[in-house]
Amino acid sequence: MPDFLLEIGLEEVPARMIASAQAELLKRTLALLAREQLLASDAGAAASNTAGLSFSTPRRLAVLIRDVRTQQPDITEQITGPAVKIAFQDGKPTAAAEAFARKCGLPLADLKTITTPRGEYLAAATTRKGRSAAELLAAELPREIAALYWAKNMYWRPGKPERFVRPVLWLVCLLGEEIVPVEFAGRRAGRVTYGHRVLHGPAPIPISAPSHYPSQMESAFVLVDVEVRRQRIRKALDRTTRAIQTVANPRWREDEELVDSVTHLCEWPDVLLGNFEPAYLALPEEVLVTVMRDHQKYFAIEDGSGRMAAHFLTITNIALTAENSSIIRQGNERVLRARFNDARFFWEFDQRTPLTARVALLENVTFQKDLGSYAKKSERVRALAAEFTAVAAEREAALDAEAIDQAAVLAKTDLTTELVKEFTELQGIIGGLYASSQGLGSRVADAIYDQYLPASAGDAIPRSAEGCVLGLADRMDTIANMFALGMEPSGSKDPFALRRAGNAVVRILAESTLSLRLSDLLEAAVSAADVRARLEAFFAERIEFYLREGCNQAYDVVQAAMAAGADNLRDLRARSQAVSEVRNGADFQAVSAAFKRMKNILDQAGISPPAGATASYAIGTPEGDLEFKYTEIKSKVDELRRRHAYREALEAIATIRPQVDAFFEKVMVMDPDPEIRFQRLRLLQFIVQSFSSIADFSKIVTVG
Amino acid sequence: MSSAIANKPLTFQELLFALQRFWSEHGCVLQQPYDVEVGAGTMSPDTFLRVLGPAPINIAYAQPSRRPADGRYGENPNRLFRHTQLQVILKPPPENVQELYLQSLEAIGIDLSQHDIKFEEDNWEWPVGGAWGVGWQVMLDGQEITQFTYFQQCGGMDLDPISGEITYGLERIAQFLQDLDSIYDIVWMRDPVSGGELTYGQVRLHEEQQFSAYSFDYADISSLWQHLNLYEAECKALLERAHTTLDEKRLAASENPQADELSALRFPTLGAYELALKCSHAFNLLDARGAISVTERVGVMARIRNLIVGVAKVYAEQQRLTTASHTATAAPSAA
Repeated sequence: MPDFLLEIGLEEVPARMIASAQAELLKRTLALLAREQLLASDAGAAASNTAGLSFSTPRRLAVLIRDVRTQQPDITEQITGPAVKIAFQDGKPTAAAEAFARKCGLPLADLKTITTPRGEYLAAATTRKGRSAAELLAAELPREIAALYWAKNMYWRPGKPERFVRPVLWLVCLLGEEIVPVEFAGRRAGRVTYGHRVLHGPAPIPISAPSHYPSQMESAFVLVDVEVRRQRIRKALDRTTRAIQTVANPRWREDEELVDSVTHLCEWPDVLLGNFEPAYLALPEEVLVTVMRDHQKYFAIEDGSGRMAAHFLTITNIALTAENSSIIRQGNERVLRARFNDARFFWEFDQRTPLTARVALLENVTFQKDLGSYAKKSERVRALAAEFTAVAAEREAALDAEAIDQAAVLAKTDLTTELVKEFTELQGIIGGLYASSQGLGSRVADAIYDQYLPASAGDAIPRSAEGCVLGLADRMDTIANMFALGMEPSGSKDPFALRRAGNAVVRILAESTLSLRLSDLLEAAVSAADVRARLEAFFAERIEFYLREGCNQAYDVVQAAMAAGADNLRDLRARSQAVSEVRNGADFQAVSAAFKRMKNILDQAGISPPAGATASYAIGTPEGDLEFKYTEIKSKVDELRRRHAYREALEAIATIRPQVDAFFEKVMVMDPDPEIRFQRLRLLQFIVQSFSSIADFSKIVTVG
Repeated sequence: MSSAIANKPLTFQELLFALQRFWSEHGCVLQQPYDVEVGAGTMSPDTFLRVLGPAPINIAYAQPSRRPADGRYGENPNRLFRHTQLQVILKPPPENVQELYLQSLEAIGIDLSQHDIKFEEDNWEWPVGGAWGVGWQVMLDGQEITQFTYFQQCGGMDLDPISGEITYGLERIAQFLQDLDSIYDIVWMRDPVSGGELTYGQVRLHEEQQFSAYSFDYADISSLWQHLNLYEAECKALLERAHTTLDEKRLAASENPQADELSALRFPTLGAYELALKCSHAFNLLDARGAISVTERVGVMARIRNLIVGVAKVYAEQQRLTTASHTATAAPSAA
């Protein structure tokens, strides 16, 4: 059976979009072939095809699929007609029989009789002719291509007949050696493709057969296989780095994201080593790396001890020769020199005005029109940070209150520096670096440096407790004040990124060593009751989001754990973790189901029995056994809970299962005698109350 | 310093000639720079307004672009108060527009086999103009030399046909060709007889010094606010009048159709656009003076956006009405 090839030739597709589009094109093509029964049916071929092959470069997307049928198999179907007793009367066919035969296009003699549960019926076997693959693919593929998802689309042809990521330049579509006449975006598929723009030039390349595609492209200086390109880049990075004589044990700084990005920017990659003046190494590494990595897509070189070296590696989309290497190197070095020069100028210029002298400048930087300048914000953050520090210090944490205060005063001053204006992504970091170089001490410098952490899910929280307090105070100020102004997020709208700020607050509370609770923060940051209520609802959502997305906890576990308290978030996280670990145990499931039942009974009874001792039940009665077991494990559970050994506590609770089961099997809680009923309800109430402080088990979804 | 490119790379003015010649040979109208201050070639009406509506156009022009906040008193080798863009608009873009662009690089002496060229995603957006497009920054040996954009929307309106926009940064390309670390060392011209050279610094440094000083130190803030308010008021008044002059129903029911059509044709939308551009420049100067707070910024930008988008809408409507009436009157004589 022949192979199938589809290639879409494009103007340069954005690197970030290529991988997913490549995978989607393969998935869609395979699904189409399977749907239309065009994939070979024998098991071996089907297995190899579940993967198929797909390729991409910035200028093309392609799929290659083995063993595709040229023709759909004919499809034979059985059509049921009228009942035999209606179709024949006195052994002769009736009008109904003749009508059915006409409908099937068969002579009466070719009709069969089949036996069904409802009796004997006339039936006909008809065959639907399979269509040719070429015809079918030409009709169906354009829809699949058009349906590819792109993060950003464009129109290009007058009349705007279609949107796609970039203009389509050509299509190749072959089934074996035959062209499949697919049309899309005004292009009709043929067998002609194009090679590397510069290395191969504009000469057309006719693809002789699908399986020759990768090798034919390689001879036209296009490596269509992304993994082959990635490996070539990695090897070339290694090789080029090893050749550096001036650095001890040189290595390129591993950066998977950057490797991925440059892999999708080339058709024929090569690696070039460039140098810069070692004097620039006096600049902070963060600045050098931002320039090289984010602005120039260069890899940094470091020595064996991790110190940066005055070299960089750039990936070219052209084969390097002795002649062009020196030209391309010269160009890249000049660009980097200009950028480093700028950075050095800013670095030195900024230092002429130390951070402490920049506090006053914050008066001129507006934070938000109703909330005033950053000077005002800093004052508020400072006050909040002091309150948080006082609360935390009362409990246990050793905090450097003075460092926190100084960091809060200076935290935003880097917004007035030229370096942050140039590299906005380095705000905070630059402030930390200046603080450090201006001798403000590592506690202050680190807190400023880390103030925006965590900015996203992958980030760590601030390294120091002081940094955590500053991060909390900064965000609580923003969130509380924005809420007070009614500018809270709603639906998909969150213009001030308050949800992200809320997520950071939750993570710091849950993952730092600070003994601060959410209520401590709200107490200090909010005074109006209505704002506080809205903030509590907001944070409940953020906490749920954190446990579900950040800690991978199931919905019901999160509900159960939160119902037992969502103020001490470190504790909440540990509790929900413990519930997740034990939830699938059979005993735990049964106990959870029993708790649900107890709660229902208590709710329906509608009385809340007063606390106090329960009636004494005789040992051997189901009530007595349950009461005895409850008393036995209660002290153990309490002890384990005090030690935060939640998992063990939950396992202990689950051991009550046999007594609970027996109780519900034999006892009718709602006894007609009010006193008996009352005592039984009281027993259940005690159990539910005592054991619900880790999680509300009744919220756990149980099987069956 | 030895050059990486050729024995004698193009001078700044030869570079401009070569690109203009190239695009002229490929069917572009060569337009002169627009004579009102703009921050980018895109803001010239030859781009911003001509991309609206269905009429095809191929046009190229050099556009001095003023960005007061980017001035560095002539002391930074890579930043300018005023730089020069060569702007090419192709509406609709030909199928081989990328190839044409690459040929234009060959035309200025760049042998692509000796360089590393990449088209990296870079989408362009000008919120104040309600305009955006998708495209690339063209990287040559790590240097961004061109912005290549397929316009999708302008003045808040979808475009059909779309336009291809190629914006060459002339100083950067000259620096690249001549392999220089400073813009001010670019050879602007070489005397054909004596071989004597004039540099960019000799031609323009004093402008950078004085305009940086003006933008950062001298420009009078209260006057600038007044300019902005005055220009805005006049522009708004014109836009207001446009709604009656260019009212389709009124034109259709007109008792004096010829006169009304003529006044529709002559309605000075282009004048309104200049007033909006004046506002934009006043804003940029105020910004450089540090006179606009972050909060105010959004509000003032919204005011300018209203003007610019308002002009674009009026322009599109005027084109539609006057072209239609044109065809309507022209049709009988053609028959």
